[in-house]
Amino acid sequence: MAKKKTVQKKWPETWQELNPGCMVFAAGNAANYKTGSWKSQRPVWDNAKCIKCGICYIFCPEGCIQETKDGFYEANLDYCKGCGICAHECWPGAIVMREEEE
Amino acid sequence: MGKRVGMEVAIAAAEAVALCNIDVAAVYPITPQSHIAEHMADIIHDGRIDAEFITVESEHSAISALAGASAAGARAYTATSSQGLMLMHEILPIVSAMRLPICMANANRAVSGPLNIWNDHTDIMPQRDSGWICLFTENGQEAIDLSIMSFKIAEDPEVMLPCVVNIDGFQLTHMIEPLEFPSQAEVAKFLPPRKPFAQLHPDNPISMGCFAMPDTYTETVKAKEVALQGAKKVVIRVFSEWAKRFGRKYGVVETYRAKDAETLMLTMGSMGETAATAVDEMRKKGKKVGLVKLRLWRPFPVEEFKAAIAGCKTLVVMDRALSTGGAGGPVATDIKSILYGEKKKPRVLNVVAGLGGRDLTVGDFVNMFGLANKKKNEIFEFYGVRE
Amino acid sequence: MIEIRWHGRGGQGAVTSVEMLALAAIEAGKYAQGFPAFGPERRGAPVMAFNRVSDKPIKIRSGIYQPDVVVVLDPSLVGLVPVTDGLKPAGILIVNTAKPAEEIRKKLNYKGKLFTVDATHIAREELGLPIANTTMLGAVLKATGVLGLNAMKSPVEHRFGRVASKNLSAMKRAFSEMKAAKAA
Repeated sequence: MAKKKTVQKKWPETWQELNPGCMVFAAGNAANYKTGSWKSQRPVWDNAKCIKCGICYIFCPEGCIQETKDGFYEANLDYCKGCGICAHECWPGAIVMREEEE
Repeated sequence: MGKRVGMEVAIAAAEAVALCNIDVAAVYPITPQSHIAEHMADIIHDGRIDAEFITVESEHSAISALAGASAAGARAYTATSSQGLMLMHEILPIVSAMRLPICMANANRAVSGPLNIWNDHTDIMPQRDSGWICLFTENGQEAIDLSIMSFKIAEDPEVMLPCVVNIDGFQLTHMIEPLEFPSQAEVAKFLPPRKPFAQLHPDNPISMGCFAMPDTYTETVKAKEVALQGAKKVVIRVFSEWAKRFGRKYGVVETYRAKDAETLMLTMGSMGETAATAVDEMRKKGKKVGLVKLRLWRPFPVEEFKAAIAGCKTLVVMDRALSTGGAGGPVATDIKSILYGEKKKPRVLNVVAGLGGRDLTVGDFVNMFGLANKKKNEIFEFYGVRE
Repeated sequence: MIEIRWHGRGGQGAVTSVEMLALAAIEAGKYAQGFPAFGPERRGAPVMAFNRVSDKPIKIRSGIYQPDVVVVLDPSLVGLVPVTDGLKPAGILIVNTAKPAEEIRKKLNYKGKLFTVDATHIAREELGLPIANTTMLGAVLKATGVLGLNAMKSPVEHRFGRVASKNLSAMKRAFSEMKAAKAA
């Protein structure tokens, strides 16, 4: 008998496949949804101006800004939606928003 | 068997819940439910049970707080009435969609306006489609029994849905009458602690109350419908376990002297007893009349209802509410839909009566049975309205 | 089944009276209901409360419109509210009053069975308060025979605690001091 091929589904197809109450048991599965494609602009850091205060990290609503090994910051562009809050909050002016097309 | 005591029914409803090992109660007082709220607070404050009483600022907050408590695994209870239930309205379908087995008593009262604090069913009817299991009680004993059974029904792994027990305001809540309580040990045996299907806990994070796009929402509605319809067999199972343990029998639809009746009347809640007395009086005069009492309003027990009315010529459906601008009372509207496809069906008369505390005496029920002799059939009629 | 309607004023304890009577009847193995006239509570306003007592289960959830017994707790209500409305022809009227029965009959144009007792006076002497609700229970028991005086002991003790004995002796006095009016 041929082995049934199981396919990982993005969402339940039938009502029977839904968990009771539509509960989601896999924690942190929002990471499967790469929201980076939503952005029209991306943040670019000028580390010459960066004072490593981390305010961009704190304010990022997506939680996609991480500290690098040498203490500077960068955004994970798979999830960055290009909102520009980091650039707005960065008072030394180290972050600028660049068009995606550039 | 329990001890027979005299007690006000609202107090008794709170005492019954105190036997149920609840974890959290959030009850905002409102006439005619206030004695439940006050007594529940007393019971918890006095340390008679190990539970948390949350003094919320509104009914919306009460049901919201309980949604959180229930999601965390607690056995949760609230009680309300009329405007309070209307204020809960937004949260009610969320609770059922999240499959949270919260239990609630509703002291049925008319909705404003004009402001009216007296009994009818206009508060629960707008909540009809919210996905809650909906039970009606006829007297104080039933208020005790069903309050206890509601937790067992709601928490059953096949159900996991909230449950509201309707106790007619004043007519029942403010009545001192003889009642029997099961013992704490008997209730503990009948109703073990809640075993939640899933619960919010920091060690095991899950998501509840999620978002569904058009490609999933229809499936969620179907799943909820199947769950609620499936609750009927659990209700029946819990009723039969109750009968075995405590000797009092309940049915999702109950009949009284209905066997050879040509005219049946269908009632819900406290109307049942007065109507039964009217049936007795009319039977003495040789009239072939009987009574059908709908205990389970949601899910609607279609098969049991059809069996109960089989053979009758006329069915008088009593509604203590009106679907304003619609086709009569909500109970009759459902019944007509159910009967539409049947080959053999009785003539259905719909009477809207007893609104806003308008009293219904034995004589009134005799008169309403008399409507069956009328030739012309209105879609519905008001009983006793002054013209 | 016996149906009783109580007339009092808000705050005079008519609801307590129906509660005591219902609890005593239930404790004695009977079936009973005790309930207020449904609605908001208004201190001082004329109010009503009701009892049904029976040897069989009571299957009626409506108000009482043709009582077997009417009890008037407050003398000032005679002539103010229609206390005899719906009272059955063979029914009993029990009035708390210091006035002669003839005067009550005349004021109410009432020819049926009438009992009077100066319950306010008794309550003042026994309780030190002009609150006649428990006192009038004694009169009701005597006039109707629905329960014995002893039946009241347990509910009154449960409700009134240390002042229970005063209430019980007031009740006892009303039981013996109540007078049947001459037939009209």
